[in-house]
Amino acid sequence: MYTFSSKLKTFSFVLMAVGLLGIGYGFLTAPKNIQEVEALLAADSHGGHGEATHEAVSSAHGSESAHEAVAPVHGKAEAGKHDVKADAEHQEHLEHVLHQLSNKPWAALYVACIFFMLLSLGTLAFYAIQQVAQAGWSPVLFRVMQGITAYLPVGSVIFFIFLVLCGLHFNHLFIWLDPEVVKHDELIQTKSGFLNFPFWIVRAAVFLLGWNLYRYYSRKNCLAQDESNDNSFYKKNFNYSAGFLVFFIVTESIMSWDWIMSIDPHWFSTLFGWYVFASFFVSGITMICMVTLYLKSRGYLENVNSSHIHDLAKFMFGISVFWTYLWFSQFMLIWYANIPEEITYFITRIQEYNLPFFGAVVMNFLFPVLILINTDFKRITWILVMAGIVILLGHYIDFFNMIMPGTVGSSWFIGVPEIASVLFFLGLFIFVVFSALTKAPLLAKRNPFIEESKHFHY
Amino acid sequence: MSNKVIYAIYNDDDILMDAVKKTRAAHHHIEEVFTPFPVHGLDKAMGLAPTRLAICAFIYGLCGLSFGTWMMNYIMIQDWPQDIGGKPSFSYIDNMPAFVPIMFEETVFFAAHLMVITFYMRSRLWPFKEAENPDVRTTDDHFLMEVAVNNNEEELISFFEGTGAVEVKVIEKH
Repeated sequence: MYTFSSKLKTFSFVLMAVGLLGIGYGFLTAPKNIQEVEALLAADSHGGHGEATHEAVSSAHGSESAHEAVAPVHGKAEAGKHDVKADAEHQEHLEHVLHQLSNKPWAALYVACIFFMLLSLGTLAFYAIQQVAQAGWSPVLFRVMQGITAYLPVGSVIFFIFLVLCGLHFNHLFIWLDPEVVKHDELIQTKSGFLNFPFWIVRAAVFLLGWNLYRYYSRKNCLAQDESNDNSFYKKNFNYSAGFLVFFIVTESIMSWDWIMSIDPHWFSTLFGWYVFASFFVSGITMICMVTLYLKSRGYLENVNSSHIHDLAKFMFGISVFWTYLWFSQFMLIWYANIPEEITYFITRIQEYNLPFFGAVVMNFLFPVLILINTDFKRITWILVMAGIVILLGHYIDFFNMIMPGTVGSSWFIGVPEIASVLFFLGLFIFVVFSALTKAPLLAKRNPFIEESKHFHY
Repeated sequence: MSNKVIYAIYNDDDILMDAVKKTRAAHHHIEEVFTPFPVHGLDKAMGLAPTRLAICAFIYGLCGLSFGTWMMNYIMIQDWPQDIGGKPSFSYIDNMPAFVPIMFEETVFFAAHLMVITFYMRSRLWPFKEAENPDVRTTDDHFLMEVAVNNNEEELISFFEGTGAVEVKVIEKH
């Protein structure tokens, strides 16, 4: 049995406390009204930065061209009206920036919240695949995976509450939830058969419930199998896992449209679901590897040898490449055809998120490929920990890139609200996962493949 | 000076592995082992050095990547930078995404083919090469260990008979 070290427990509490303080700070310092935004921009424009964003924002708004078209009609009144027009434009710009800045603490919370929840969902998917594939190497790691997926119910509840808050207009993350916006937006109107709050929230409830039910029964059967005299619970779990994987791949795809793609409701991409899947799947596998390494270094996993670690590292490597393949496929197809309604998605990211956008590729592809290609390196703990940290950070940035441009636009920054949100959910994650690990022995007893797994050697 | 060798023939890979370990422990030099199929762990038991073929492949892959990059840069950007469907051919990085499929395939092509050719050269394999089977049964169901004899013929024969060999032969090699 594992005992939660008091140091780690304290550490997780400290993370949560610091995170909460930072999140609170983020909400308190977000500007409440236009005057505050004006003061902020005035302070900013001394550096010349404000002007640039002003230009970018107002042209993105399309307000400039609209005014241009109107101008000739007014003809002589031009000179007198100019000030009025500029004033209106300025006002509109301020409102735009206000929306972005008031979204910022919410978006920071949302990215961290969805990242950790999906990470544990990725682990659950990996676990189900291992069951269905009757893998001979991984049964010694099943309890570690179950520990990580213990975060799923907790994360789901927080995430669901967050979605309900969005629906109650506490924030402006999903613009299609705002009836004022929808009234003037024909594109969203045509999608409102799918993108409407009741349907959206019911879908979310069904998905989260389905995933959590599988997790609950799978773990229950796994524990029952320990005390059983035959393999009936194992067979049950096999069937449940197969069913879950079918359910998962359908719901995962819809989930990615609902929770991430609908942030940019004017844009769509067909391989988006796979892309999101690859991102959290590799994060989940990396997390399995990190938790395994930690538990092993504390002497709790006597049956895990370097071959198991090697296999996990190969998965980290392979799925990192798979993520890159999808990232590039999505980017290159849109870049090549350059259709205006699709390309705006990447133009925003390249112009305003240049470093995070391409930095994510370096962290999630170049770094793991160069480090983890070596067989010997895949067995060295400190190299794996380093690669794992970079991969996890890289996929946080990946989710950041998916969500931030549609919510805070050019007002993004990785500051206190963003870091604090990550720290809070990391602390919660550590606390929940390691508490769950203490609840059951770390080795499944009567799994039909457990002997093979104990002696796994590559 | 005679070039005598001993052929110890086995009919089971487990017995062969044990025999290899015993022979190494007794400090007899194993010239070669012939098997009909790969025996897992035989190279470790014989103490063979690990292969460096993967390192070669990595370097070949880098060559392929460089070749692909150089070729596309020379043709599409340097030599004749045409406007083809509005693609930006001002600099390599401007039009890079369009070249990635080629760069990728060149990397794989070079890595795979050059590594295979390296393998053929290092293991001396080619179409009209004369086969080197010491005993035809080694391609079907027998395993053969070849050990050099240095004036200790009697001792070696009895040693290999003790390791479970189905047949021990002394052969004069030329």
